[in-house]
Amino acid sequence: MATETLLDNTATGTTPATPSQRKQSFGAWFREKGWRHLVGVLTTAFAVFPLLYVLSAAFNSTGTMAGSNVLFSRIDFGNFQQLFSDPNRPFGKWFLNTLVIGVVTSVATVFLGALAAYAFSRMRFRGRRVSLLSLLILQMFPQLLAVVAIFLLLNFITDVVPWLGLGSQLGLIMVYLGGALGVNTYLMYGFFNTIPASLDEAARIDGASHVQVFFTIILPLVTPILAVVGLLAFIGLSSEFVIASVVLTDPDSQTLAVGLYSYVGQQRSENWGVFAAGAVLAALPVMALFLYLQKYIVNGLAAGSVKG
Amino acid sequence: MPTTELTRTPTRKQPRTLRPSDSLAGLLAKIILLGLVDAFAVYVLIVLFLQEKWAVLVLAAGVTLLINWIYLRRGGLPAKYLAPGVFFLLIFQVFVMVFSGYVAFTNYGDGHNSTKEDAIAAIQSAAQQRVPDSPAYRVTILEQDNEFHFLATDPDGGVSIGSAEEPLEEVSNAATDGTGKATGLDGYRTLQFNEVLANQADILALSVPFSDDPDDGTLKTSDGSTAYVFSPTLEYDEAADTFTDTETGTTYADSGQGTFVSEDGEELSTGWKIDVGFANFAKAFTDENIRGPLLEVTLWTFTFALVSVLSTFALGLFLANAFNLPNLRGKKIYRILMILPYAFPAFLAGLVWSGLLNPEFGYVNNTFFGGANIPWLTDPLLAKFSVLLVNLWLGFPYMFLVCTGALQSLPEDVNEAARMDGAGPWKIFTSIKLPLLLVSVAPLLIASFAFNFNNFNVIYMLTDGGPRLPDTTVNVGATDILITLVYEVAFGSGVGRDYGLASALSIVIFFIVAAISIISFRQTKALEEIH
Repeated sequence: MATETLLDNTATGTTPATPSQRKQSFGAWFREKGWRHLVGVLTTAFAVFPLLYVLSAAFNSTGTMAGSNVLFSRIDFGNFQQLFSDPNRPFGKWFLNTLVIGVVTSVATVFLGALAAYAFSRMRFRGRRVSLLSLLILQMFPQLLAVVAIFLLLNFITDVVPWLGLGSQLGLIMVYLGGALGVNTYLMYGFFNTIPASLDEAARIDGASHVQVFFTIILPLVTPILAVVGLLAFIGLSSEFVIASVVLTDPDSQTLAVGLYSYVGQQRSENWGVFAAGAVLAALPVMALFLYLQKYIVNGLAAGSVKG
Repeated sequence: MPTTELTRTPTRKQPRTLRPSDSLAGLLAKIILLGLVDAFAVYVLIVLFLQEKWAVLVLAAGVTLLINWIYLRRGGLPAKYLAPGVFFLLIFQVFVMVFSGYVAFTNYGDGHNSTKEDAIAAIQSAAQQRVPDSPAYRVTILEQDNEFHFLATDPDGGVSIGSAEEPLEEVSNAATDGTGKATGLDGYRTLQFNEVLANQADILALSVPFSDDPDDGTLKTSDGSTAYVFSPTLEYDEAADTFTDTETGTTYADSGQGTFVSEDGEELSTGWKIDVGFANFAKAFTDENIRGPLLEVTLWTFTFALVSVLSTFALGLFLANAFNLPNLRGKKIYRILMILPYAFPAFLAGLVWSGLLNPEFGYVNNTFFGGANIPWLTDPLLAKFSVLLVNLWLGFPYMFLVCTGALQSLPEDVNEAARMDGAGPWKIFTSIKLPLLLVSVAPLLIASFAFNFNNFNVIYMLTDGGPRLPDTTVNVGATDILITLVYEVAFGSGVGRDYGLASALSIVIFFIVAAISIISFRQTKALEEIH
């Protein structure tokens, strides 16, 4: 590797720094820190250049892919205007749909998960261990694999309750809620266990019902994990393509993932600028959330969650 | 059933028989919520009753009763908290899993999506041909409740009305114009000429039956004003369970495979759903046309998942090591910039990279390679490389974060001891840090493998599975992994949707992933015990 040979050359050419010299010689500095900066700059360039490219293409309304190849050669908002004015590709609606589906699903996921975690953490009942274990095992079968069966099930529901079947966002939300218990519940269960049980016992003695204990004592204490689980769920949902593409067929009801794919799925190079603008708008909120949550996510990663 | 034991001190339970804490608000909320659920359930039950779906009706009634029992009885507290989540879990995770298993053993798919009765009716209504020299009916298009109707005036002057759903029926109170053609009817709206034009496709597709028996024929129009009699060219003989072509005299008999087949082996396009046993699995492993591509796809899926995990882990670990120095300036900035790809939505990453790597207009070819025409996404081998590169871009920040965390939790004194004993940095890394690190990271690597095994977004958005494999009629590409193949078989635009085969493939995928996960988790347990 280039860095290593560079390192060797400079290392052999340097004389040991005398104690009186406060400043390190270049070789020693490079051997200790310099190469790390080199690695850092190279990796950062690799990590960031696609993002800069899409940002630059978004602000360049020449529109085609070929026209986007000199980064930031011109800056205007033409693509964004076009993005919001195409009635066949209602970007604003996609954005809103993604937001609504994401928020409703993640709030419901957190609530259902918290209910279950409370039961697992605070109550002792027959089948508790088995249920906890089966939750983990069920997670090994991702819903993605059952997409055919989900399609056929919703197809049946369409005949009975049309507004819950194929094409319905409510139907999609229900499908997503099938995964509400699982890794989420595990994360919350672990956190619930760190809240001393003596707290709720004291409240019970004072006459609080289990519902009051759950809502007024437990939930406020576990808000951090609720927020993290909810936001992670939201981030995951905003990228979900397979099930959404099968359930939502009408352009007006689609999500960003399905809609933006249709934008460039057929002819990649022509709508490029407008697509880039859409991509920037779609990615910004998710990235902002992610960076804001960074610290918690890093801790959560250690607990075994995977980006999905 | 679960027994309540809320606090672990049973003596506390006794004074609480009156339950003073069940507040009025709580009670009201409970009544309202349960009321809403029950109202919805009753509505569903009524619809199911009207549609005569008895099996589902019984099931739905059972579930409704169970929900009421859980929430109305005293005690059984855990069930009250678990029920909502478990309800969705059972339907949309467990049931669909079992249902996938069932579909895998049927021929469900395009042309086989209903019962035999439906298939017979569909064949009859599809095989309609204009009866030669049949009289012309003058028609007016009417609309009621968003449904189109024909108001037909027959050559003798009789007027009748009908739609796709309702057979023609004589009416006497129609308004007529000077020529005797009926033009309107009370309760219906007559379509204007421009409306007929606007709904051209629907109106041309409309065929109005003469009676409930499809053999009597239908009325169809080709211009919105004149209609002709069409009758089926295929006649169904109920006693013999065969179709006979009225022109050629060929008979089509039930083949036992869910289709009607003639003696020459010619199949009628509409069939029905039957159980086919292991045929889908057998097809996947024996049909020349599928076996070859399937084998290739399976190998590539393993390669893709394995190389993705190893490459992201190697780069992530290297970076974590490089930046694991307390007083390195700018460390925070590097870190934030480096994890940006992880924060970027995966489906967008695939699409953006597909633009970057576009051979003609892409940034990579034009800027880095001076306008060379490198087929990043269209050459089978380069496409595989591109997919791995993009997945490395997406995945290395995750491994970087994980490894940084793991490295920082390693005890420093082991390091010191090794250094005292004269071990160099490389030696310390390979024989002390890495084994310790692997203990905590191995489960994540397995999870990452399982995730990449089904990493739909990257493949589908970047190459859409392509470039297409030669010498097969199945729509399979060089970068297709098993899950994109399943999607293509089930919902693709290629040969026709085959839900049965797609489900069989997902069952196979499930067993592969489950087996690998179980085996490797066992291995990592062994790893833990060593240390």
